[in-house]
Amino acid sequence: MNQTSKENLLEIKSLSAGYSSQVNIIRDISLWVNEGEILTILGPNGAGKSTLIKSLCGLLRFTSGSILFRQNEIIGLKTHQIISQSIAYVPQTNNVFSRLSVEHNLDLGSLANPQIHDQRLEHVFELFPDLKRFLGKKAGILSGGQRQMLAIARALMSAPAMLLLDEPSAGLSPLFRRQVFEHVKKIKESGVTVLMVEQNAKAALKVSDRGIILSDGKLRLEGAADELLESPEIGEIYFGTQAMSSK
Amino acid sequence: MIQFLIDGLINGAIIALGAVGLSISYNVMRFANFAQGEVMAVGAYISLAFVAMMGLGIGRIGPVSFGWPLLVSMMFSILITAIVVLVTDQLVFRMLREKESSRITFIIVAFGLSLIARNVITLIAGGDQQFLSFYIPRAVEVFEGVKIVPDDMLILLITVLCVIGLHTFLNQTLMGKKMRSVAENPSLARVIGINVDHVIKGSWVLGASLAAISGTLHAHITQLDPEMGFELILPMFAALIVGGVSSLYGAVLGGLLIGISEALAVAVGWSSYRGAVSFLILILVLVLRPEGILGEKERDA
Repeated sequence: MNQTSKENLLEIKSLSAGYSSQVNIIRDISLWVNEGEILTILGPNGAGKSTLIKSLCGLLRFTSGSILFRQNEIIGLKTHQIISQSIAYVPQTNNVFSRLSVEHNLDLGSLANPQIHDQRLEHVFELFPDLKRFLGKKAGILSGGQRQMLAIARALMSAPAMLLLDEPSAGLSPLFRRQVFEHVKKIKESGVTVLMVEQNAKAALKVSDRGIILSDGKLRLEGAADELLESPEIGEIYFGTQAMSSK
Repeated sequence: MIQFLIDGLINGAIIALGAVGLSISYNVMRFANFAQGEVMAVGAYISLAFVAMMGLGIGRIGPVSFGWPLLVSMMFSILITAIVVLVTDQLVFRMLREKESSRITFIIVAFGLSLIARNVITLIAGGDQQFLSFYIPRAVEVFEGVKIVPDDMLILLITVLCVIGLHTFLNQTLMGKKMRSVAENPSLARVIGINVDHVIKGSWVLGASLAAISGTLHAHITQLDPEMGFELILPMFAALIVGGVSSLYGAVLGGLLIGISEALAVAVGWSSYRGAVSFLILILVLVLRPEGILGEKERDA
């Protein structure tokens, strides 16, 4: 039972999912995430990356296959039930409550077990000391980069075992983009498993342990991050499918 | 003049309480609940039933013209109105949510429910006007020329307590915080692990409680009839839009504004245009500040 070193935290078996029963956006995807690693999902626009991460949170109406988190099936569970199993998800856009204060936003992250609130807050401030200054301010006044930090911080407030990030660097300035990836690395070092969807293939793979490349809703390539960085196939998949879809 | 202001304030306070209930359902469930007036009527009639059971005119509190039976009845009314609303949600609105029906469907269904409620009230209680108490506005002179009715002061006090209670609830309690997050961004609330269905049920209970209180108070200073809900819904919507739909406190401000301006219209001798005044304000606000006085512009279009 106690094979934590080899155990998969998340295991996806032949997952297909979509917004209607006829059209599956992702098809027959199988993958696993090891405890304590960063796995990055790459792929061109429309490859199904966000759909994959959303289906893990129970946000798609039509899902088939199997998603095991700590050996338990989570397909069919409601979103709040999935999140309560120590999974935290940070959506790509609109990911903070801009009318609520920064503090209130963080409080919402530890709703499920308020007794860990103070201790988590300390941990989150260590990672994102900037947030301390804005505690009483409305989240709406924050810049894009600061919002992203707040959204990730809120996710960490629940002390998740696994963090799902949907394009954390999208729309950020180069400085913030670098910071986000540094933070992701620190989060992993604090013992959290990270599954992240990204467009910035190079920067993301540099901090990742492994990578997966999707295109057209199917899994195309899987491997260690440093191998993928060298792989000539990456460009082919990116440019190949983009050329095809522009036809 | 001050007399009219006070009258307006009382009316405004009652409209405000109902409008806050409307605002909660609009913000949390994202639809205009056209049945809110009927929820108030249901609350008022349930109070009437309990008052009738306990006996009128007993247990008088100080100078106020009603006794503790009305206050106790109001408590029972809050409880039963909340149950009625929750059962309706379970039977009707939950299904619409699961089907992901459009907002228009919700509004039409609410409108249909309001018609049903009106007829059920007529069926059970009859179509005649009924009175909750023998409200005799026996005024007490507090200043030279300013007379106040003790009942009115109690109504104002209840309203103030409700608003303070609501503010504390929304800012301090877990459910209140969840409600505010669902009101701002329901899909984000869902993905951070909030059980949105629970929050919706909570907001129904909150809205129904406020409706039961304001319906009972309204019935106390006027009378009960099956059409009362319909007469109340228009000034409440006006209050909500004037104050700002996106702000829970806007409804309070809007309600007071509408109540006072209606009373002022009477004061300057336009009493037959009383009802039109709220719409005049509504039009002015819509032209000058369409998001309402305390409202924020919608960002996520």
